[in-house]
Amino acid sequence: MNDSGHLLDVKDLTVSFPSPRGEVCAVKNVSFSLGHEKIGIVGESGSGKSVTGRAILRLLPPYAHIHATAITFQEKDLLSFSEQEMRRIRGRQISMVMQDPKYSLNPVRTVGEQIREAYTIHRKVPRRQARQQTLEMLTAVRIRNPEQVYRLYPHEVSGGMGQRIMIAMMLIPEPSLLIADEPTSALDVTVQLQVLAILDDLVTQRGMGLIFISHDLELVASFCDRIIIMYGGRIMEVVDAANLHQSTHPYTRGLLNCLPRIDGDKGKLSTLQRDASWLDADFSATAGGK
Amino acid sequence: MSSTRRWQHWLLSDSPASPFQAAAGRTYLGLAEFLKNRLAVFGLLIIAALILIAFFAPYIAPCDPLVTNLVNRLQPLSAAHYFGTDEVGRDIFSRIVWGSRLTLYVIGLVAIIAAPVGIIIGTVSGYFGGLIDTILMRITDIFLAFPKLILALAFVAALGPGIENAVIAIAITSWPPYARIARGETITIRNGDFIKAIRLQGAGPIRIITGHIMPLCISSLIVRITLDMAGIILTAAGLGFLGLGAQPPSPEWGAMTSTGRAYIIDHWWLITMPGTAIFVVSLAFNLLGDGLREVLDPKSDN
Amino acid sequence: MLQVDNLHVIFGHGLDLNHAVKNVSFTVGQGESFGLVGESGSGKSTVLNCIAGLINTWQGEIEIDGERLSHRRPKSFYRKVQMVFQDPYGSLHPRHTVDRTLKESVNIHHLGDANLRVVKVLGEVGLGPQFRFRYPHQLSGGQRQRVAIARALILEPEILLLDEPTSALDVSIQAEILNLLQDISKKRNLTSILVSHDLAVVSHMCDNILVMSQGATVEALSCDQLRSGDIKQRYTRQLLVASKGYDRAAIDQFQDY
Ligand SMILES: Nc1ncnc2c1ncn2[C@@H]1O[C@H](COP(=O)(O)OP(=O)(O)OP(=O)(O)O)[C@@H](O)[C@H]1O
Ligand SMILES: Nc1ncnc2c1ncn2[C@@H]1O[C@H](COP(=O)(O)OP(=O)(O)OP(=O)(O)O)[C@@H](O)[C@H]1O
Ligand SMILES: [Mg+2]
Ligand SMILES: [Mg+2]
Repeated sequence: MNDSGHLLDVKDLTVSFPSPRGEVCAVKNVSFSLGHEKIGIVGESGSGKSVTGRAILRLLPPYAHIHATAITFQEKDLLSFSEQEMRRIRGRQISMVMQDPKYSLNPVRTVGEQIREAYTIHRKVPRRQARQQTLEMLTAVRIRNPEQVYRLYPHEVSGGMGQRIMIAMMLIPEPSLLIADEPTSALDVTVQLQVLAILDDLVTQRGMGLIFISHDLELVASFCDRIIIMYGGRIMEVVDAANLHQSTHPYTRGLLNCLPRIDGDKGKLSTLQRDASWLDADFSATAGGK
Repeated sequence: MSSTRRWQHWLLSDSPASPFQAAAGRTYLGLAEFLKNRLAVFGLLIIAALILIAFFAPYIAPCDPLVTNLVNRLQPLSAAHYFGTDEVGRDIFSRIVWGSRLTLYVIGLVAIIAAPVGIIIGTVSGYFGGLIDTILMRITDIFLAFPKLILALAFVAALGPGIENAVIAIAITSWPPYARIARGETITIRNGDFIKAIRLQGAGPIRIITGHIMPLCISSLIVRITLDMAGIILTAAGLGFLGLGAQPPSPEWGAMTSTGRAYIIDHWWLITMPGTAIFVVSLAFNLLGDGLREVLDPKSDN
Repeated sequence: MLQVDNLHVIFGHGLDLNHAVKNVSFTVGQGESFGLVGESGSGKSTVLNCIAGLINTWQGEIEIDGERLSHRRPKSFYRKVQMVFQDPYGSLHPRHTVDRTLKESVNIHHLGDANLRVVKVLGEVGLGPQFRFRYPHQLSGGQRQRVAIARALILEPEILLLDEPTSALDVSIQAEILNLLQDISKKRNLTSILVSHDLAVVSHMCDNILVMSQGATVEALSCDQLRSGDIKQRYTRQLLVASKGYDRAAIDQFQDY
């Protein structure tokens, strides 16, 4: 990858939530590092992918307990940052596309206004130019009639459109690291790939780092450089995307096998057989950077 | 020890065996959340005390609240009269104890009248939208456009003074905000998939509104009404103070402050004691409302 | 069994006028599984909503068993046609237990034996009795979707409309739900329409497929045609390439249709 060092280093990240039945550990001892590359986080639902992403940006509810040996971003120690300093990092340097776009948009303001605000909040430009920039960004994420969409309220856009709007909003401040939490799960395949191509270009041309969270192993394998596979809040393994299909970990194999295929037969899909002993094995040693 | 454990286990069970257990578990979690808020619990205790005092008024009050005794007039605080006596020699402590009944009567009746009116108008208006919504909301706007106390004054002036009329006047002026809240909630709920789903089961509007929409509006309304209780008590007291609410000699706290006004310099307890009672109860409702908001607010419901 | 002819749907007016569905026609035979594929916003959900009677602003003809549907549906209609929604988190009432959600349908139609039916249908979708009195927040996404499927099945419909039933679920749960839907369709001889943007899912589940784009029909295909690549329209071919995974070179060849 790039020689200019690591963009993000996460060491021994553990996140737990209090619950009436005691502390629930959502993420345990997760360590990884990211250069100017595309790294995928894959795993089934509830495996702690989103929590990992949010913990980096400290976007978890205040009752969450976050522990880590280190979270460094561009040589800055994010753990020591105050809430105010974090706010300056968020959006401008690290953006996150949230999993539920509709819940992350303000329901009483038009989507155009909200994207424009994301642009002007970090820079002083005339209103007209900001609007122009917004329309261009909407076009870039393959929205057909940006003028019309600009005026819509979040509840008036379809799920797929909502996701593209969120991506536009997160990319417009030109962050150096983007955490994309299932950013394209509601998009149809063509648009999904086109949106991924935009992200890809930002990585290769501007050196942006990308953490791509998804449960679609095949897609991640074809898109990302490296893949972190999570189960029950732990990292099961970290593989190079090219070597994914050679992986022997039963969990990875299970995830790969349950996908339907266009040319597959119509019989039963195989389902994932979970094994609690996966949680005990210590794979985190293999999770370092390259 | 082990029996409380067992209860807790039963309440928190992941697979309740009956609807009752499911509801109990839910309530238990809500209660546990509520009990974490010290101030809210404090508010709840005061209100519980108010209810107990009202219920046992005849046993708590040492004197008859209406019997005058001119020999004993304007007595300061003493062991015989904890809060002193008023200008015609009635025991202020007894009057405050009996007055708690009137206070509860007022807020209870207002809540019983205003809340259902508000929630019905709001949910119907929000669910159907269109013309029905426009008509109902314009009516609501008309009521909202007047200051509450002034509208209540006008009603009492027209209907004649008295505590029943004061209740009616306050109820009439307090439902519009509830209708607004219920309508707002309904509009966000209306487009939800679970409403589409129940429509697809063949449910009619009445079933949808009462069974599916109202239960989701009720929590925010309860919070709002609890917070409004303080205002209702103050309005009732204000009407009493102006001589338009409860009529003398009934021991209504507002009316008591009103008569105490004339003696404020030399005999401070006449106005201070009922005033403090109003203040404490209003504060308690506010604290309780804040606590309930944290537990019931659907946005924090996860 | 189900026939849709010249369906048009228009939302809004004036500047915001949106012709969401344009002249869509298709026929679904008894016991058949029919797939609707298309990009986001192409009007797939809108077509389903029209059939289900959730949208009133449509024009055209919808027939079930040769009977024309009007905009207002009688109660008996809902015993024939049921739907499963995309978002399992939004399609269950947050304050109702599974039991209440399921019983409500039985009560609306005065079917009787509510308890028996609930237990039976829960078993059918693979949820044990321990799930019966849970609230939705005590269920995972896959379990919620099973409850939503149970709710659709409890009225014993003949036609099941599935609006992206697995797109909010992860792949391992998707496989379980797809298997479940396949089993149930076979057992009950259900006619179903499956909306999805995942060609692999549709080709796994369906016999015939309609490809939509921007509200209009692009091409009708049989599943075998899709597998063998016997595709006439460029749009569909592009869709097929796209579902093979990320390939930067191929993406640059993509066109807007
Ligand atoms: N705010 C929260 N409070 C309590 N527990 C939480 C909270 N957020 C997440 N969790 C728990 O943390 C675990 C991991 O959740 P997370 O959202 O990271 O899963 P995920 O891998 O992103 O799954 P999905 O694919 O469904 O998005 C889950 O068990 C979840 O219940
Ligand atoms: N209730 C509505 N009011 C106004 N416009 C609507 C409404 N519902 C849908 N639309 C519009 O109709 C078009 C088709 O939407 P529809 O939801 O059918 O798309 P879809 O194919 O299901 O897309 P997705 O895959 O994103 O779910 C979109 O342009 C959408 O904005
Ligand atoms: Mg997630
Ligand atoms: Mg849709």
